[in-house]
This record gives sequence, structure tokens and C-alpha cells, in this order.
Amino acid sequence: MPPNHMARKRPKLAVWKFSSCDGCQLSLLDCEDELLAVADAVEIAYFLEATRVAIQGPYDVSLVEGSIGTPHDAERIRRIRARSKVLITIGACATAGGIQALRNFRDVDGFIRAVYARPDFIDTLATSTAIRDHVTVDFELHGCPINKAQLLEVLNAFLNGRRPVVPPHSQCIECKLHGTVCVMVARGVPCLGPVTQAGCGNLCPRFERGCYGCFGPKETPNTAALAKQLTALGWGDAEIANAFRSFNADAEEFRREGDAHERTE
Amino acid sequence: MERTAPTTGHPTIPDPVVLDRDGLDALIDALRGDGYTVIGPRLRDGAIVLDPVESADDLPWGWIDEQDGGRYRLMPGDGNAAFAHTVGPQSWKRHLYPPRQTLWTGRRDGRGFTVDTPTDPAPRQAFLGVRACDLAAMAVQDRVFGVTPHDGRSAGQERFTDTGYAARRAAAFIVAVNCGRAGRTCFCDSVGTGPKAAGGYDLALTELPGAELPGRGAPAFLAAAGSAAGAALLARLPGRPAGAEDRAAAEAAVEGARAQMGRAMVSDAGPLLARNLEHPRWAEVAARCLNCANCTMVCPTCFCTTVEDSTDLSGDHVERWRRWDSCFTVDFSYIHGGAIRQSGLSRYRQWMTHKLSSWWEQFGTSGCTGCGRCITWCPVGIDITEEARAIKDSEGRG
Repeated sequence: MPPNHMARKRPKLAVWKFSSCDGCQLSLLDCEDELLAVADAVEIAYFLEATRVAIQGPYDVSLVEGSIGTPHDAERIRRIRARSKVLITIGACATAGGIQALRNFRDVDGFIRAVYARPDFIDTLATSTAIRDHVTVDFELHGCPINKAQLLEVLNAFLNGRRPVVPPHSQCIECKLHGTVCVMVARGVPCLGPVTQAGCGNLCPRFERGCYGCFGPKETPNTAALAKQLTALGWGDAEIANAFRSFNADAEEFRREGDAHERTE
Repeated sequence: MERTAPTTGHPTIPDPVVLDRDGLDALIDALRGDGYTVIGPRLRDGAIVLDPVESADDLPWGWIDEQDGGRYRLMPGDGNAAFAHTVGPQSWKRHLYPPRQTLWTGRRDGRGFTVDTPTDPAPRQAFLGVRACDLAAMAVQDRVFGVTPHDGRSAGQERFTDTGYAARRAAAFIVAVNCGRAGRTCFCDSVGTGPKAAGGYDLALTELPGAELPGRGAPAFLAAAGSAAGAALLARLPGRPAGAEDRAAAEAAVEGARAQMGRAMVSDAGPLLARNLEHPRWAEVAARCLNCANCTMVCPTCFCTTVEDSTDLSGDHVERWRRWDSCFTVDFSYIHGGAIRQSGLSRYRQWMTHKLSSWWEQFGTSGCTGCGRCITWCPVGIDITEEARAIKDSEGRG
């Protein structure tokens, strides 16, 4: 057996969950072919979705999934940060508040009264917010869910002491690199690709659907110019507001564009 | 294979012949028989893209495209022409300069490491249906990548040849098609690159107009050789000698396309933009620009790339890749301390002034060949000819 991994101390990896659906940490288990190599390269110290074994910190890398939605969350993320050398957030919940951030635009107490028989059991914050809003984050991996190849790339880059190759450019670049024909130009299908960060593998445009913006705002997105074109393609303000208010509703640029179109309803 | 300069009238170049649909099939067959992957226009995903074709049946017979700023639609044409469409979302640079290329791979080797560079031979690709604007674009990229000399100041000049590009270029067999129809975003005539191929091809086809008219004649193509290899191939094809009326019909078809140009580039765009770097129009276009980079991805001459490294988890194996990049990304202008072109304005201005103006200083020509892709495939339909004209008109008013 090659002594390679025995000779060096394997970094301790922890995977933490906050308000989320678990889909992003599932991406790690979904790595299948590469999973054994990952388990070989790191010591999985805390990952409840995969194992009950919980090894004490501190941790070399913490992957954090989910948003901060309760006072308990807000306190817990600080403790995790204190025990983590590198903290990487994964997914739209952790990087932008997730779909549950839709409550940031409405009256949370009203929701609680409407939904729960005993509202007094519910202890929640009025907002769902990104991890970055609470503690220092070393790297943010976008996506709802994240792309497993990008997750491997981030782990890989960390293990090898280099910068992850996760470009913040538009979905359009990804479509063009793949040779996918633009659905907006060739079919008149409204698409958030021009303002959305690449990384999903241009899943929807490959199947003649417009981009839903799962990977959140790209660098310097011009959402107002895109909204104007969406109008030209037949969308009303309500549809535009809804498009920007999905998994990344509370990401700053999407929030502003959503607000701009809700106000004019 | 040596491709000669334009060789009309060269003693070894035979007279043009007329091919019918079977002749076109025979052309594809012959190229495939010679070991070429034939890449040509075919329908996919609501557009005419450049993909491998196995026979003339794969060509988009009877289909045309309607294009405008930010808009492309396929529709049935009036007749049954194979090449009545204009240029699509892809250009040939995809095949000569692929979006991703391995530069080298490295392997840990005890305490050191070994580096390997890919040694795969260049693929034998035959390009079927290369329009004049795209031939001009290949000539532009030949200068950029140090394959042919130029009058510009760029240090490339054959001293720093991109060997991968040069090998793919040299291995390619080029079947040009002279345009018989122009789209609303076409402007090759105003930049002097088309609609007729001026050289740089092995064979050039002109679709004779009979096939475009319903019930009037079968498909026919005037085929002319532009190189010794093209002449040798043409001699193997079943065609009849072209008569004067065939040549006249071919000329008329091209002149028809010339008369249909949907747009025109202003003259002297280079000096015009160079003296208007602070023009208020840049802010206006930046307000519309998505900085999504589509224009640069579809442009047949844009050549910018970035370098990406990948490693395996153990770090024992590394790869360095080159991937298409764009002056519209922030990272593209990143140097120590930050990116130079933070604003959308500065990025749009960089692209347009480079394409139409500083390209001349660098490589001795314009970087624009009038294909119009950047207009059609811009999701919001920003029009490079309109932007140039707006600045020109403002000078007239001033």
C-alpha cells in the first residue's frame, strides 16, 4: 500500500448544517467515484449525514450548509467559526439566505400565526441570512444545489494550497464554452443566465429552458438591463420580481431587482 | 498540405465545375474517405450550428435564419437550398482554437516532477460552408497566433507561433461557400471581407439560385478550386464543366447578397474611436450592456484565454489548461492589487476599441470581419455598427 496518506497528517474536515434542505452536503456523498479519494485525503471529523462519529475540533476545514434563521443558529455559527481554520460556505442558503429568505420580504409573525398551532413554540429570527453576515467566511461556493465538481475543486484547491478555479463570470460563458445555443436569442425564452454565475454545467439551457438563477448573481451583474429585455420578451413586473426572488432572493443584486419590480405592481 | 494564396488563373487550377446534390455528397464522401472529419452546418437546438456531418443529408436543406439584434429564428426558406442560411451562433474558431486546451500535465516523480506536453497530432478537419467573413476571421487569427506576418507592432510575428493553432490550421481542408443571401446583422460588404470569398480556401462553392426558387431546378453548386489540394479533390468529383451562364448566375447570387446587407460599419472606425475615448456614448451603452461576454464568445476573431490549473486530491498529478476568457470579465484585467477594468463601461470600451481601433496598431488590420454575430447573440441586441455610427454622427453635429 502506498504510504502517501499514512505519512502525512490528514486535515480534519467537518460538515455543518444550518437552515437548509441537506442537498448541498448530499453533493459530497454524491461524489461517488471520488468519494474514497476524498475520504483518503481528509479525516472526516464531523459529518452527521454520513457518519455518527463526531471527532472533537478544531477543524482544518469546515463546510457550512444552510442559512442563519434562529437565535440558536446565530450563536452556533460563531462557535463553529472559532473551531475552524478555514470556513467554506456551500450553497444558496449559506451564501444568500436561500429560498427561506423569502420571509425577509414579509411579516414573519404573520406566517407563524398562520402556520403553527402553538406559535409560542417557535423561536425564529425575522430574517434568513447568509453565513457571511455573521462570521468571516474564507470562500463561498454558490448554487442550489452546489455542483459536485466545484465542491471537489474547492476541497482539492484547499488540500493543494492553491486558489479554487470557480470563476464568477456569467452563465453565458459556460453555455458558449459547451456550444449550447442561446435560448433567449434563438427561442425568445426569458433567461437569467446573463446575470447568473456559471458553475451548474448550464443544465437548463441545454434542455431549452431559461436559467433560473440557482447560482446567484455573477460578478457585476446588470440586472436592470436584463429586466428590460425580459419585459421585451413579454414578462410583466410580477414575473420579473418572481424570477429574481427564488433561491437567491436575498443576494443583494437580485433583491434590489426584485424590489424594483414589486414596487411597480 | 500547403494552401496557396488566391490562385485564380493559376495554370494548375482547373476550371470550375457544377456539382449537383450527388456531387456535394461525393465531396463529403471523398473528404471522409481521405480521413477528414467533415464539419458543416446542421440544425440543432433551434439554430444552425457547426457540427460533424456525414452526408449531404445532414445539411439544413430548405432552412433559413432570420437575425436581428438579440434575435435569431430559423424558418423554412422559399426553396430547397443548402446554404441559404447565413452565419450561426458558432464560428470555426471553436475547431481551430478549442474552448479548452491542455497546455501540459505534470506528475510528481520522487522528490521532483516530470512535465509532459500533449503530442496528439492535429485533427484532420474539413470545414464545409466557410463564409467569406469567417475566412477573413481565420486570416485575422493567423496574424494573432503568429502563423502569418503582419504590419502591426505585436511581437507575435511568427516568432511566437501558437503551435496548436498552427497545426490545426495547416491540417484543415476548407470548403468556402460564397453567400447568396445576407442577414439583417450582416455587414461584411462595408468592411471589405465578403460576401465572396477572396482566397484562403481549398474549394469554394456558390449555390446557384435555381434551388432557392420553388419548383425551379435541383440544387446546383458552382465549385472552384483555390489550392492544389482543392483542385485534386475537385477532379475526383462528378461534375459538369461550368458554362458562362453558370458563372454569371454565381456572380449574380453573390451580388444579390451584397445588396441585402442589413447593416454597415462606418468608415475609419479606428481613428474615430481612438479620438473619442471619453465620449458620453460609452456610458449609454454600458447601461445596456450585461457584461455577459456573449459577444466575445461568438466573435470569430476574439482570442483571449485564461490559464487554469487542476490537481488531483493527492497533488501527484497536475494539469494546466487554457480556456476561452473575455475582456468582459473582471478577472481578465486582474493584476496584483485588483482588476483594472472594474466598470462595465471600461470593459465594453476595451472590447470595441480593441476590435475596431487598436487591433490595427497591434496586427495591421481591423479585428472585425462584419459577420454580425456580436449583434445577433447579444441578449439585449447591442449593435457595434450602431455604436460606432452614433459616435461618428455626434462628431458631425459637433
